[in-house]
Amino acid sequence: MKRKRSSGWLYLLPAILLLGAFMVYPLIDVLIYSVEEGYNSASQTFNGVGLYNYSHVLRDPYFMQALKNTFIIVIITVPVSTGLALLISLQLSKIKKLRDLFQTVFFLPYVTNTLAVGLVFMILFKRTPYSDGLINLMISIFGAGPVDFIDGPYAAKMFVMCFYTVWVVLPFKVLILTSALASVKKEYYNAARVDGTPRWRVFTKITLPAISPMLFYLIITGFIGAFKAYSDEVALFGTDLNAAGMNTIVGYIYDMLYGNGGGYPSYAAAAALILFAIVLTITVINLMVSRKHVHY
Amino acid sequence: MEIVLKNLSKVFSGSGKRRHEKVVAVNRFDLTIPDGKLVGLLGPSGCGKSTLLNLICGLEEPTEGRILFGSDDVTDLPPEARGVGMVFQNYALYPHLSVHDNIIFPLENLRGAKRLPKEEMEKRVAEAARLVQITELMERRPDELSGGQQQRVAIARALVKTPSVLLLDEPLSNLDARLRLQTREEIRRIQTETGVTTVFVTHDQEEAMSISDYIIVMKEGVLQQLGEPQTIYEKPANLFVAKFLGTPQINVFDAEIRSGRLCLGGAEVMPMQGLADMPVWAGIRPEGFVIDPAGPLECGLVRVEVMGRDTSIVFTHPAFTGASARAIVPTAKNVDRSAPTLRFSLNPEKVHIFSKTDELRLGAAAGGDVQ
Amino acid sequence: MTRQQEFARIRRRARAKDIAFTAIRYTLLGVWAVIVLFPFYWMILTSVKEYGAYNSEFIPKFFTLTPTFKNYIDAFTTVSLGKYFINTVIYTAVTTALMLAVTVPAAFAFARLEFKGRDTVFVLFLALMMIPTELVIITNFVTVTDLGLRNTFTGLILPTATSVFYIYLLKENFGQVPIEIYKAAKVDGTSDLKFLLKVLVPICRPTIVTITILKVIECWNAYVWPRLITDNEAYYLVSNGIQEIRENGFGRDNIPAMMAAVVVISVPLIVLFLIFRKKIMAGVSRGGLKG
Repeated sequence: MKRKRSSGWLYLLPAILLLGAFMVYPLIDVLIYSVEEGYNSASQTFNGVGLYNYSHVLRDPYFMQALKNTFIIVIITVPVSTGLALLISLQLSKIKKLRDLFQTVFFLPYVTNTLAVGLVFMILFKRTPYSDGLINLMISIFGAGPVDFIDGPYAAKMFVMCFYTVWVVLPFKVLILTSALASVKKEYYNAARVDGTPRWRVFTKITLPAISPMLFYLIITGFIGAFKAYSDEVALFGTDLNAAGMNTIVGYIYDMLYGNGGGYPSYAAAAALILFAIVLTITVINLMVSRKHVHY
Repeated sequence: MEIVLKNLSKVFSGSGKRRHEKVVAVNRFDLTIPDGKLVGLLGPSGCGKSTLLNLICGLEEPTEGRILFGSDDVTDLPPEARGVGMVFQNYALYPHLSVHDNIIFPLENLRGAKRLPKEEMEKRVAEAARLVQITELMERRPDELSGGQQQRVAIARALVKTPSVLLLDEPLSNLDARLRLQTREEIRRIQTETGVTTVFVTHDQEEAMSISDYIIVMKEGVLQQLGEPQTIYEKPANLFVAKFLGTPQINVFDAEIRSGRLCLGGAEVMPMQGLADMPVWAGIRPEGFVIDPAGPLECGLVRVEVMGRDTSIVFTHPAFTGASARAIVPTAKNVDRSAPTLRFSLNPEKVHIFSKTDELRLGAAAGGDVQ
Repeated sequence: MTRQQEFARIRRRARAKDIAFTAIRYTLLGVWAVIVLFPFYWMILTSVKEYGAYNSEFIPKFFTLTPTFKNYIDAFTTVSLGKYFINTVIYTAVTTALMLAVTVPAAFAFARLEFKGRDTVFVLFLALMMIPTELVIITNFVTVTDLGLRNTFTGLILPTATSVFYIYLLKENFGQVPIEIYKAAKVDGTSDLKFLLKVLVPICRPTIVTITILKVIECWNAYVWPRLITDNEAYYLVSNGIQEIRENGFGRDNIPAMMAAVVVISVPLIVLFLIFRKKIMAGVSRGGLKG
C-alpha cells in the first residue's frame, strides 16, 4: 500500500506545483501587497503596514470613474442580456424549421476574438473625418444628428459599450437557456394545452419555474462576468481607457500594475480585493434571493 | 358523451433524412365509444394507442377522418376547446405547485364568462379531491407523494373541470404491482361515480379485461376488435386478438377441416359443422383441454406444474405451432406424471378456428356459431 | 349561431393566433440573426474594399463590385500578422497540451487512487475554484517579471496552463466509470498509468474533447495576461497584435487592411466551430456550468 500512496501524490504533483506557484502563493501575496504601504517595485521595499492603499484607491478619481462605469455596465447588461437571451431561446424552442441554423448563427460571437470584432463595432459606430459611420447614417434617417459613439459623449460611449457587451455575452446565455428549455418535459405543455392554459400563464407558471435554476445560475455568473468587464472595453476604446473615461475596475487594476501609470502592485492589490469583496457581496445576495424563488 | 371516430387516420412522416419514411400510426378507424362507459384501449407497444388518444384529445391533428363528440364535430378544435380531461403517463403534475394548486390550475385558466367565482372553484377542487380521496394531501408537493397518490392528483386535476371525456394514457404503468391492482379498482369506482365517458390506454390485457365495459384492441394502427371483455375473449375476431388476450396464451395448432371435422395432425378431434374442407389455424384455450384417457388428442407429456387450484400441463403435439403447448386443468384430476403420453378431449367452446388466408375467425365449434 | 359555426370560429381564431405568433417569432429571430451576422459581413466586405475607395465613401456601400485582396497581402507584409498568428498557434497548442498533461493525471489521482490526505487536498482544490484570476494575476505578473520570464513563451504559458475546474470536471467523469473496470485491470496486473492512458482516457474522450475545445477557444482569445507579460512585438498573440495594429500599424486610417487582419484572426475559430459545431456547443453548455 505504501507504493500506492506515493504514486497518488506523483500524479498530483504537476497540478500542485503549478497551482501552488500561480494561485495559492499569489493569493497570500496579494493580501500582503494590499497592506504594504509605500511599496517601491524597484527596490522592493515598503515603509509600513496599514490600510493606506485601500484609502488611496478609494480616493483616486480614476478608480471612482472605473467603479461607476463598471456598475453602469453591470446594471444595464445583466438584465438586458438575460432578458433578451430568455426571449430568444423561448422563440427558438418553439420553432422547428431553421432552428439549427439560428442556433449556429447565434452562437458565433462566442467563438470569435472579442478584440477583433470590437474593431468592427468601433468602425460601425465611429465618426471620422471621411464618414459619419454606418450607424450614424441609420440614425440620421430618423432625423437625429450624428453622434460620435467612440470619442463623443459619455452616454453614447456607454451605449455602445453595453450593446457590444450584450452582443458578446448573449451566445452563452442563449445556449444554456435553450438546453434548459429543451429539458422541460413536453407532457407539462401538453397538459397545459389540454387545460386551455393561456400562453402567458404557461410561461409564468410552467416554463419559468422549470428553468429557474438555470436562469439564476446565468444571473449569478452574469453579474460576476460583468463586474470583470475589461477586454470588451479595450476592443472599443483602445488601451488607454482612462483617457476615454471608459475604464473599469479590472482595467484600473491592470493600469496600476503595468503600462504608463503602472508600477504600483499595492494599489492594484487593494483594488482587486475591493472588487473581490463587491463580487462576493453581490453573489451572496443573489444566492439569498434565489433560495427564495428558485424551484429545484 | 359518445365518441365517434370516422375513417380516422394519422400518418407521421420522418424529419430530416427520413422525411420520406411514413409511419401510419392510426389507420382508418371507424368506431363508436358509447356514452358513459369505461373503455380500455389495448394493444402491444407502438401500435398507435397513444396516438389515437392524442387525436381524441386534440394534441395531434388527424391526417384524415373526423372525430365527433356526440353530434359535434370537434376534429378541428384545439384541445382546450374540446372539454376533455387528460391524465398523462407520467402524470405531468407541476412539480413546484402544491396538490391544491395543481388541481385548481385548469379552473384558473378559464377566462371571461366561463370563469367561476373563487368559492365555486374551491368547492369543485374539494369535490374532486374527495372523489379521489386525497383531501388530506392538499398542501403537499408532488414529490412528497407516492406514485399512487400522484396518480390520484392527476385524475382529480383532469376531473375538476367536469370534462365530457376523460382520457388516461397508460395510467397504471408507473405503479408497482400491488398499487396497480388497487388503483385500477379506484379508476373503475371514480368512473362509475362520475359517469364520464372514459378511455384508458394499456398494453396489459389483464388490466383492460378486469375493469373495462368495452375493450378496443388495436395492432399496427388498425382496429382489430371492439367489444365487451368477455365477448372479445370468447369470440376473438382474429388470430391476433385470440393470442393477445388470455394468460397463458392460446395454443395455436396447424389444423385442417376435413368433411365436417377438425383434424389435428391427421387425427380427427371434434366435429366442425358448416365449414368447407381447408387448412386452418385452430386456437385452443389452455382451459379447453380435458384429460380423457379415451380422448382423440394424443400428446407427449413434458412437464406437470401444480399451481394450487389449477395444474398446468406442458405438452407437445406435432401440429402445434410453437415448441410446447400448455393446458390448465383442475388440480383434483390426477395426472400420471411418468407416462410418456397423455390424451385430451376438447371443450368445443374453447376452440377457435381461424382462416389461414386472412387469420379471421371462422367460427367456434360450439353450437355452429359461424360468423 | 349553431355549434358547428361556433367551432369554426374557435378554430379560425386559434389558427390566426398561431400564424401571428409564428410570424412574430421568426421576425424576432431574424432580426437578432442580422445583428449577429452584420459585423461579420461588414468586416469581410470592408476587408476587400480598396483603401482609396473606402475612404471616399461618405455613405458606406453595402457591397463592392471590385473586390481586392491587396489588403490581405498588406496585413501580412506591413505588420507582423503572420508572426502573431504563429505565436498564437504555438501558445494555444502548448498551453492546451500542458493543461491536459497536468489535469488528466490529477483528476485520475482524485478519482481512483487512494492515498492519505486525498480528500483534504480535493476540498482545497475546490476552494481554489472560487478565486478570480484578477486577484492572483498581480503577484503572477511580479513573479514572472522577477524571474526574467517576460517576453518568453514559458512566462506566457505556465501560469495559465492549469485549471481547477477542468480537474473537477474530469474527476467527476472518471468517477462515473465503474470501479469494477479498474479492479479488473488491477487483477490483470495493469499499471495505473497504462490503465489511465489505455482505458480511462478513451472512455472519457468526450469530456477530454470538451475541455480541449474550451481551452483552445480561451487561448485563442487570450488578451489580458499576454498583454501584461509581453511588450516585445515578437511575442505578441493575435489579440495584442490586433490592438497593436489598431494603435500603431498601417497608419491609423487604413481600415480595410485592419479588417483584413481581423478576418484572418477570426477565421480559424469560426472554421473550427463550423466543423465541430455540435461538439463545441455541447461542450460549452456542459463545461460552462462552473460555479
